[in-house]
Amino acid sequence: MNIIIIGAGKMGLTLVRQLSKEGHNIVVVDNNKKVVEKTVNDFDVMGIYGNGADHEIQTEAKTQSADLLIACTSTDEFNILCCMVAKKLNAEIDTIARVRNPEYFTLFMSKELGLNMMVNPDYEAAMEIFRILRSPGTIKIEPFSGGKVDLVEFKLAWDNPLIDTAISDLTSKLQIKTLICAVQRDEEVIIPKGDFIFRENDKIHIIASPKDAHILMKKLGIFKSVAKKVMIIGGSRIAFYLAKQLDKIGIAVKIVEKNEQKAMELSESLDQAEIIIGDGSDRQVLQEEGLMNVGAVIILTGSDEENIMISLFAGSQKVNKVITKINRLSYYSMLEASGIESIISPHLLTANQIIRYVRGKQNSMGSSVLNLYRIVNDQAEALEFLATKTFAGLSKPLKALSIKPNLIIACILRDNNVITPHGDQTIEAGDKVIVVTTNEFLDDLNDILN
Amino acid sequence: MRYRLLSYILGQVAVVEAVLMCLPFILSMALKENTLLAFGVTILILLALGAPFIIKKPDSLDLTAKEGFVAVALSWILLSLFGSLPFFISGSLPNFVDSLFESASGFTTTGGTVFDDVEVLPKSLLLWRSFTNWIGGMGALVFIIAIIPKSNARIIHLFKAESPGPQVGKLVSKLKFTARILYAIYIVLTLLEIILLLIGRMPLFDSVIHAFGTAGTGGFSNKNLSVGGYGSVYIDIVITIFMFLFAINFNIYYLILIGSVKQALKSEELRAFLGIAALSVTIIAAALAINSVYRSAHEILRHTFFQVGSIMSTTAYFTADFTAWPMAAQAVLFILMFIGACAGSTGGGLKVSRAVILVKAGIREIKKTISPRTVNNLKFEGKKVDNETVGGVLSYFAIYMTIFFVSVILLSVSGAGSALKLGDSVMASASCLNNVGSGFGNIGVKGSYAMFNSFAKIVLIFDMLAGRLEILPMLLLFNPRTWTKK
Repeated sequence: MNIIIIGAGKMGLTLVRQLSKEGHNIVVVDNNKKVVEKTVNDFDVMGIYGNGADHEIQTEAKTQSADLLIACTSTDEFNILCCMVAKKLNAEIDTIARVRNPEYFTLFMSKELGLNMMVNPDYEAAMEIFRILRSPGTIKIEPFSGGKVDLVEFKLAWDNPLIDTAISDLTSKLQIKTLICAVQRDEEVIIPKGDFIFRENDKIHIIASPKDAHILMKKLGIFKSVAKKVMIIGGSRIAFYLAKQLDKIGIAVKIVEKNEQKAMELSESLDQAEIIIGDGSDRQVLQEEGLMNVGAVIILTGSDEENIMISLFAGSQKVNKVITKINRLSYYSMLEASGIESIISPHLLTANQIIRYVRGKQNSMGSSVLNLYRIVNDQAEALEFLATKTFAGLSKPLKALSIKPNLIIACILRDNNVITPHGDQTIEAGDKVIVVTTNEFLDDLNDILN
Repeated sequence: MRYRLLSYILGQVAVVEAVLMCLPFILSMALKENTLLAFGVTILILLALGAPFIIKKPDSLDLTAKEGFVAVALSWILLSLFGSLPFFISGSLPNFVDSLFESASGFTTTGGTVFDDVEVLPKSLLLWRSFTNWIGGMGALVFIIAIIPKSNARIIHLFKAESPGPQVGKLVSKLKFTARILYAIYIVLTLLEIILLLIGRMPLFDSVIHAFGTAGTGGFSNKNLSVGGYGSVYIDIVITIFMFLFAINFNIYYLILIGSVKQALKSEELRAFLGIAALSVTIIAAALAINSVYRSAHEILRHTFFQVGSIMSTTAYFTADFTAWPMAAQAVLFILMFIGACAGSTGGGLKVSRAVILVKAGIREIKKTISPRTVNNLKFEGKKVDNETVGGVLSYFAIYMTIFFVSVILLSVSGAGSALKLGDSVMASASCLNNVGSGFGNIGVKGSYAMFNSFAKIVLIFDMLAGRLEILPMLLLFNPRTWTKK
């Protein structure tokens, strides 16, 4: 794929490194000549020095024939402008902008301005911390379709209530509405039907909104929340997003923030969280605020060094789970070696998110597949299609459709809502439909029909 | 300096040279010439030396800029060294330094020869001579970059060290594809010239030889009278056109290929190149007309265009004895040798873009003296050239001239007691350093480099390599700090 990356900062370089390794043709644009020269010397990419929002520079970077433009400078407005210019030069191009300001990070902005994706390092970091907090080691959770749904994988232990239950009884017996998409039994992958009966050691894959997945795991008793109470040190934007998420699933949050104004702002926008004004690097403050009684501490101050010191202290106080945010990539690899567990790097996470997008796009090129992920050791595929007017089963209830074997419609995304399909559900134009199948070569939504 | 990495690259160069040598080997076999053994032995030696080093890849292919320079310099020495073996083993040139000179002259696209009579040489040897011109034109390492399956990011240092010009840029984001596009343009243009020459009823073998000579801007011919030996206006015109074409930056052809003709024509270097050519043609034609060297105007223009193209592109083919031309014409041609072709072409010399930057830097200096407070930006190709690049061009020019002067002195010292004159030392140095090959005086149309002694030839070999690789790679070899282990 031909990819243009504007901004060769921490995130830009992470993207350049990974994407050039995967064989894409990359053009890097930056307004710092030294940075461009270094990038061109270090990676097999083309470098252009100049203003990335200048249409002449974009023409020089061959936006007209590019497949994807990623704007990841440190300025939100500039990134959005880059993407808009690109869209004007080439209507077919996919654009991704890094946008940190929550006021811009809205569906309206991305839809109306023609951005294909907005990435927000703060939001992504918050979501990742959220995932770490709620998943014990045996459960694997991966975001899918831009994070709107989760792909959850877990194994049935001997005490799981699902064992010896048929799928058709799930709703009546356990009040579970979530669809089971695929089951791995020994080496075999099964797309289960109503008469499927679960056994011990089955590996279950589900696709559901994060909230539904959470409810399901709670009901099955395999999910024991790591923490009932969480302390966040440093009232950054990540803290804001995280507190909102934790609030949704009923975890009590306490945020320690040094700056009074920031603390006030947080308390305005967060209803449930308890905001403390205090220096998070002060032991006494932390002890008084009950560091020993919380299930997890998340350290998000602006300084990497401070974060490391606090995490060492929290570790010495026997806090169950300590999650530390690190910005500098060189620290990241050092700390991983030193054994500090659970480190979060917003840049790295966002870069990975974009790389997933690129891979999905790469896989789906030449077909109407929006996203494609291989799951269950590559034995099954989860595909995301856009339902267009050409779909033969439009507006018909699913039970009236004749759907191919070994295939399941896992969920439907309509206007940002996740719908778990049932027999009476219909697919409308504009919906995004996620299908899980062991059949290969699905190129179009019509291919799911017999 | 990581020697494992270096030996890997050199091993690849050796194997590639062995493969390329198969072409004259096959011709030798087909024509049953006595050079079969010479080529066969050289190929075997190259394979035996190269193969062991490339079987296992080194752990890391991350070249530093310094290693890139050294690898390129050593590669070219290796190419010249083994490229000379066929001349030596076949007995055509019993003196090894002579054969080395011929080989280096071929690879560096200089095209100066030590043969007094090339028409008696076996065809396979002639083909090899011209083939070295062709390979050297675009570069052997660029060829390797184009063919290796998975390129490493840092391999750009090899590309930068081998490609001529002050600013080396890529055409597309992947270096491998840049190299492939360059070679594709190169091959297509060469084939086109062969076909056009065939239409002019030049024999196939001669067409190939002259197309190789023109494409690489080397100028090896299989006729003692060079292109003049055919006496055909059509052939003169075809070769004139192609000499100009190969002296132009290849990026321009790429721009035309992708449809940006406007942008291609806007190129300041191209305009400067054409301007210099037009001016030179005017002066020389006027000088020829005033001194009534030729009878008709069309004859004047035919020879003038041919010679200007030949010297500017540093090919050094000739159709007429330009050493007998009036002094004004000779002076213009001598200066053209130093200006040379465009950056990013196969030609040698200082390069037009450097010449333009030099002149502009000079003008800026004068302007600064007149009004010291004025801000004067040096612009080239519509963009500001930063002081680092200007400084680089200025110091390149200084080193270039220094090497030229040292070379003149060394040649003059070595020539004591022989029939050589000062003019010959100056001419030979200028000709070799600029990769032209021919000149005035004793190395002119009727002469060769045979009368220089071995020491002088080694100096000239250094000049040729330094000129082709743009000096720095060759000079690095003599710095002891290059060789310390890190």
